[in-house]
Parts: sequence; structure tokens; C-alpha cells
Amino acid sequence: MSNALVTDKRPSTLRAASLPKWTPWAIAAGSLALGIGISAAAGLGSSIQWGLIAAVLFVLGTYGIAARVEGRRQARDRVATSLVWVAFLIAVIPLVSLIWVTVARGAKVLDVYFLTHSMGVVADTEPGGGIYHAIIGSLEQVGLATLIGAPIGVLTAIYLVEYGRGRLAKAVTFFVDVMTGIPSIVAGLFILSLMLIFKMQPFGFAGSLALAILMMPVVVRSTEEMLKLVPNELREASLALGVPKWRTILKVVLPTSIGGITTGVMLAVARIAGETAPVLLLVFGNPFINNNPFEGAQASLPLYIYQQFANSAGSGAAYDRAWAASLTLIAFVMILNLVARGIARWKAPKTGR
Amino acid sequence: MAKRIDVSGLTAYYGSHKAIEDISMTVEPRSVTAFIGPSGCGKSTFLRTLNRMHEVTPGGRVEGKVMLDDEDLYGAGVDPVSVRREVGMVFQRPNPFPTMSIFENVAAGLRLNGNYKKSELNDIVERSLKGANLWNEVKDRLNKPGSGLSGGQQQRLCIARAIAVEPKVLLMDEPCSALDPISTLAIEDLIGELKERFTIVIVTHNMQQAARVSDRTAFFNLAAVGQPGRLIEIDDTERIFSNPSVQATEDYISGRFG
Repeated sequence: MSNALVTDKRPSTLRAASLPKWTPWAIAAGSLALGIGISAAAGLGSSIQWGLIAAVLFVLGTYGIAARVEGRRQARDRVATSLVWVAFLIAVIPLVSLIWVTVARGAKVLDVYFLTHSMGVVADTEPGGGIYHAIIGSLEQVGLATLIGAPIGVLTAIYLVEYGRGRLAKAVTFFVDVMTGIPSIVAGLFILSLMLIFKMQPFGFAGSLALAILMMPVVVRSTEEMLKLVPNELREASLALGVPKWRTILKVVLPTSIGGITTGVMLAVARIAGETAPVLLLVFGNPFINNNPFEGAQASLPLYIYQQFANSAGSGAAYDRAWAASLTLIAFVMILNLVARGIARWKAPKTGR
Repeated sequence: MAKRIDVSGLTAYYGSHKAIEDISMTVEPRSVTAFIGPSGCGKSTFLRTLNRMHEVTPGGRVEGKVMLDDEDLYGAGVDPVSVRREVGMVFQRPNPFPTMSIFENVAAGLRLNGNYKKSELNDIVERSLKGANLWNEVKDRLNKPGSGLSGGQQQRLCIARAIAVEPKVLLMDEPCSALDPISTLAIEDLIGELKERFTIVIVTHNMQQAARVSDRTAFFNLAAVGQPGRLIEIDDTERIFSNPSVQATEDYISGRFG
């Protein structure tokens, strides 16, 4: 009894004043209102301006209130948290607005007719037409590029992680790093110079070659990281069973990391699916349906979007088509990502009992 | 089936660093030989030279002779892959293949080597799991992943996987150091049974374990940090633990070192 009395009299060193849970929300609402108020008073019209003012007020307000009530250490903690939130919002807002605008404007002409017809007899300034030829072109060019780029990339990564020692491996790593930074137009020009040497006309496969060049370093890098994640103990366990090294790689290392490798390849595919420059140079564009990637000009989705904007002379119909094609391209990349996630989950090492 | 190992003048390097120097010993068939000694004295390195796993480490190389009955493991034209089929290994940490079920894990050695008959596979898996005292615990869930087992069960799964390929020698690198006392007891009992069929070499930091399971014990030590490890002596386990011929061994076993 007397003990309890003694502890009651002393101020606790473990407990301190703390702000209620809803404080961040209240500060956010307050700084937003204040931000709008200040902007209105100063006559600032842009919503970006008042958003930024509100963000600064939020961070400062959090620090001031928390420092006064909770002390400086907690205040610094809260400022770090609020900075993370502000950064998150700044990153997310453009992304969400991009998708919002694309969906809102692209959905206008996106229908089955649009997906199944070409621009064959439709002038760029008139309404009608579709993107069937561009979808075919994109699928064939990206597909062929993946068939070339993914195996070479994965095999290079296997060499670097499992076999590569010494100078050759270092050189390969260096050139892969350099290739990662190659602008897509340079890859296009490289293939174009080859085409000029052999006096060839634009065709889909030339675009695939340039896209494969762009894809390879991405695949190498991501696959390398995935292979490095495979524990060495698994390799040793397999080798100690008398399994040759190549079979160890094929049957133990690759299956263990196949989920991550697939994700990396899919991300690389998504990257090259949106490339315009090399396609413009090498595949040229074609309003008609051309199913043969090895002969004659083809279209592709990013190129189609560019041409609808560039050649339409301000026609609203062409802009609508460009937005709808953008939406299709985003949907295509998103489906690829979902497929990659599905494969990664399906192939992930099992943990059930 | 079990074979004798005869090592003479074996020195192993990591790059330019000499890890163990001039080791000679004989490991008798159908017996358990334990390696004891302080950390970093080269027990594990020496163990790994016995099935040519040492050279898997970048920069690893070996000088000297390791005779398995009358074949030199380091002779010209010897394929390390064939050596490892004769001399199996169990590692410190249980390492079942995470993408494979319990059944596939045990069958892995045979399947990945491609030399088996389909009709025999079920029998071999059952026999190996029984040999590793794991059959009763897993017979109803052979198709579940091996990583779902407990640590002790996983280690016995790894032993089953190692004995499924019918090696002549089984090397164990601190097989119980990651396990609780009950799982350790299970593995030790298992070692006692396995020595009827295999030559077993076990590295351990647990001297009671060496005294319990082994017939012969080898003591390794190193003169100073950075010096190569050496074999101090090898003798019957009883003698090593009661009346060793070298003072350093007695000091180590009784805890008076440094």
C-alpha cells in the first residue's frame, strides 16, 4: 500500500504526454484548409501551388505541435513519418491522374469494332477505323524480340552467376551495364545501318531486333539478381548427390528462381512494348493489316499513338483513337504484369505442411 | 559396400591461403570416425576434400592423395561427379530442395542422375526414408513440400536423400548443430544404425556427441590464427577421451586450452 503511494508521487519516466491518434488527420485537414486560404488570399490560381503549400504546412505543423506536446524526439519521428506520406502522395497523384485521364478519354471509342479493324481506308482526320493492325504488329514484334532477347539474357545471367570468373565475366557485366543505358533510338539506328548496308526496306523483324537489344540487359540484370538469391547450400546439396553442374543449374537452381526470372522477363517485355523510336525507324508504320513480320512495313501500338497525334492536324477523332490505343497499351502491359505475378506465385517454393 | 578411405599427405588451399597441411589418416569401413577441434582448424575443409566438394569453392585446390579402397580420388581422369556418387554428404543446415515434395527430395539424386527404373523408385524412397527413421512420420504426406517439416525431420530427410543414391561413404558436417537435443538423439541413433552399411565420417563441435557415436576420433588443431590446420592425432575414441597420447588433445577435451 505504502509502496503504491510512493510510486504515485513520482513522475513516471516511461510515460509521457502523447497526441491522440487522429492528430495527423486533423493536422492534414487544417493545413489543407490553410493552404487553400493562403492561396485564395494571395490570388494563386493553380491547384498544384496550394497543394504544395498545404504539404509544407503539414510537415511544419506536425513538427511544431508534436514538439510542443510530446517533446523533440517524438516530433522528429512524426516529421519523418509525415515526409514519407507527403512523398507517397506526390508520387501517386500523377500516376492516378494519368490512368484516370487515359481511361476517361480512351474509353470513348474503345469497342470491339475498334479492336478488330485497321485504318486501311480511313483518313487520319476522319472518325472510324481501329487498331487491329497495330495490335498484330505489336504482338509480333514484341513476341519475336522476347524470343530472341529472353533466352540470350537468361543464359548470359546463368553464365555470370554460375560460371563467370575473372576478366571475361567482368567485361560482360560492364557491357551489360552500358547496354542498360543505351537510348532506344541508338539501338534503332544500329539496326538501321545494317539494313542500309543490305539495302533492305522496313519490316517488322528489324524492329524486333532493336527491341531485343533493349530487352537483353534488363533480363540479364533481373535474372542475375534472382539467381544470386538461390542459397549456395542448395547447389552444394545437389552437387554432393553426384549431380553434374549443368543438371544442378537446370533442375535445382532454375526451378527455385523461376518465379522471379519470369517476373523480370515480363517487366522487360512491358518496357519494350512501349518503345516508339526504333519502331518508327525500322518498321515505319502501315495503316493496312500486315501479318508477316518478315516482309513489308507494319504498325505497332506506340507508333500508332504517335502517328495519330502527329498526322491528324488537330482532328478530335484522331485524338480519341490515340487515347484508346494508349488505354489498350496500358491494359496490355498490366495483363502481362498480372500474368507474371500469377506465374511467380504458382512457381514459388512451397511452404505448406 | 562400405569402403576404406586412406589419406596421405593431403594439403588444401583456398587461393593462396593454405587451410590444412599434410594430413594422413585411415578411415575404417563400417565405422564412425569423428573429427573434433576448434573452429577454423580445417575439419570441414578436410571433410569436403574427401568427396571433392572442396574444389566447388572458388580458388579451392588440393594436393596429396585420397584413396577410396584402391582408387585415388584425385587421380588423373577421375570425374568429381562420380566421386560424389560414391561419397555422399550431409550438411550443417538442413537443405531440402524447396521446389520439391518429400518424395521428390529423396528421389532427387536418382532422378537428376537419370539412372533409375521407375518401378524401383517407390521402393527406394520408402527404403531410404525408413533408413533415415523418417518413414512413419511422413508416409501420409509424401507429396507435401519438404520445407514444411521440422528442422530435425528436414535433416533426416537430407540423410534419406543422401543414402538413396547408395553411397559407400557418408560425410556429415556438424549434422546436429542446428537441432534440438531430441532431434540430435534421433540423428545419433540413426548414425549408429547407418554404420552397419556405410563408412561414416562426422564433424562435430560437441565432444559428448563424438564420444557417444564414434569408434575413432581425430583431433585437429592449428598452431595460430592464419596457420594451416593439422591433424594432431587419431585414435580409438575411448583412448582419445581417456588417455590421449598428445598433451594438446587432453587440454582441448578437458577444456584447458589457450
